[in-house]
Amino acid sequence: MAISSELAEDGARLTISVSGRFDFSAHKEFRDSYEGTEDTREYTVDLSEASYLDSSALGMLLLLRDHAGGDNGSVEIVNCSPDVRKILTISNFDQLFTIH
Amino acid sequence: MSDLPTRILVADDNATDRLLLSSIVKKEGYEVISAVDGADALCKFDECVPDVVLLDAMMPKLDGFEVAKIIRKRTVGSFVPIVFLTSLTEADELARCLDAGGDDFLSKPYNKIILKAKLNALDRMRALHTEVADQRDQISRHHAYLLAEQEAAKAVFDNVAHSGQLHAPYIKQLISPLAVFNGDVVLAAHDPGGDLYVLLGDFTGHGLTAAIGAMPLADTFYGMTAKGFSAQDILREANRKLHAVLPAGYFCCATLLRLNFRKGCVEYWNGGLPAGVLLRTRDGSTAELTSTHLALGILDDRRFDAATQVFEINEGDKLLLCTDGVVEARNPEGEDFGYDTLRRIAELAPHDRVFEAVRDAVYGHLGSRASDDDLTLVEVSVLDPAQFESRPVAAHDDSPGGPKDWSLTYELGARSLAVFNPLPLLQHILMEAPHLRPCAGEIYTVLSELYSNALEHGVMGLDSSLKNSADGFSRYYEARAAALENLQGFVRFEMQSAGDENGGTLTVRVKDSGAGFDYPKDIEQWRNPRSGARAYHGRGLVLLGELCESVRYRDPGNEVEVVFRWEVHQ
Repeated sequence: MAISSELAEDGARLTISVSGRFDFSAHKEFRDSYEGTEDTREYTVDLSEASYLDSSALGMLLLLRDHAGGDNGSVEIVNCSPDVRKILTISNFDQLFTIH
Repeated sequence: MSDLPTRILVADDNATDRLLLSSIVKKEGYEVISAVDGADALCKFDECVPDVVLLDAMMPKLDGFEVAKIIRKRTVGSFVPIVFLTSLTEADELARCLDAGGDDFLSKPYNKIILKAKLNALDRMRALHTEVADQRDQISRHHAYLLAEQEAAKAVFDNVAHSGQLHAPYIKQLISPLAVFNGDVVLAAHDPGGDLYVLLGDFTGHGLTAAIGAMPLADTFYGMTAKGFSAQDILREANRKLHAVLPAGYFCCATLLRLNFRKGCVEYWNGGLPAGVLLRTRDGSTAELTSTHLALGILDDRRFDAATQVFEINEGDKLLLCTDGVVEARNPEGEDFGYDTLRRIAELAPHDRVFEAVRDAVYGHLGSRASDDDLTLVEVSVLDPAQFESRPVAAHDDSPGGPKDWSLTYELGARSLAVFNPLPLLQHILMEAPHLRPCAGEIYTVLSELYSNALEHGVMGLDSSLKNSADGFSRYYEARAAALENLQGFVRFEMQSAGDENGGTLTVRVKDSGAGFDYPKDIEQWRNPRSGARAYHGRGLVLLGELCESVRYRDPGNEVEVVFRWEVHQ
């Protein structure tokens, strides 16, 4: 598991990339990746390198959504593998996130 | 470390060497104990419990190597440095000192400065060792304490989380804990009318979060089921409570089932769990109870969606629910068990061995591996309603108080009908009369039949004959959900009761705003299951006929009066 993040030049969008197993061990790193970006309102979570995600990862995504402003924020989840997409679908996370 | 001077045992058979060393050590502020040979050294060691041992390698009786080995055996777990005193210079011999359990060696003749430096270094080592040992003891005490706490908490959690009607013969379950706590919750209970409610929940994380969340969930589930609240009311309240108590990012994936064996339907809600499987005996077909909602505890009440779906069920059908631990169970090659496998095995298994077949397949798949997640599997069998007589036993009342003769009128307008279920409230009022309590189940069934007829066939104008086909069955419930959105009309209850400790009557009149229907004129038709009434007007009317002394419709069929009589046999 590794997490990297990249802030767009204008500071408006933060892209967080997760690789490997996205589970509880990523908790601190994932939070650190977006903390201190209070001015950012748009977030992208890139899961192209994530092989797996468990329920604590779903919880981390919810925390990011809160951080982004809840209903008023925007969090996109992109590049999901079919397995990861299945988990997000069962959880009905498309009701809360934009998933591509 | 203690403030006492470090106590040092000096063992040397050479009196001159011994005195010389003792005096140097004493001058450095240490307390000295002397021994004249190996045996004496062991004796003094046991007697005085020194902190450091300075040991001549060559001594009569027992040499230093033997003494060192014995001391090491006696001081397992604590750290007593042993320094060999030796005039040996061969590298092999010096190495032997350390192999025998020595921590260092000191060459004769003694060099005061080196001796002092070594004693200081040993003090530092001892201090470090004591600190580490203290921390180790502290951690192990703490760990033992936590384990004891968890054992106790687990006992509480298991009582709360895996309770109710779970041991009824028509429910089979497998609950395997990942850690001391299992994040999975299985609850089952009957409502006053005998409907069976089953809830399977999977909390994020394990341990305390799950345990704490399970309490309000179980309370809500059991409390509200017993009072006759609808599945949607229970879900809404459970979500509201979990949203309030769980920290952000924590939630509970759940499936709630409400099985009405008499009407042959299962109402379900699934938020975030793998789809349940409905296996039909009649034609071997299956249906999936898919997740269409977010898990409990994520959304606030305003955005929460408690909409349920309904499937037809018949005697012998099986409902299989599981948590993602089953679907994601990994074999030693790292492959998931998978939902498709689960479904295929469930479909192929002999009908009375579905649960066992799936359970054995999951364990077979796991092999020797412990599961990564909680494994919870629940199977509910659909019974013949005639055999199913598990009504809750209402508490027999021994208080003579409560209303004995009373009446009430309660009318719900369209806006209330759309969102409010009046049955728990009415049941609550009725149960204030102590002599009615033993009949709680029958009375609730009568009320709910009357109410659903008035609402669905009266106000909404739905045709119950739709339900006679499997396809029509789901169309019926879709139409019902659509009708709720745009409701016009009313339902009015009038109740009257008179009675005493020997028995009495309860009269319930229900009128609705509908156009009425062509009701059977002869009540015998309802009581006779072979008559046309059953097909036309559903099993509800037959049941009313069985439970009540009289059932009378008034023209044009939008008003019905039933008389329920009870007798108390002393």
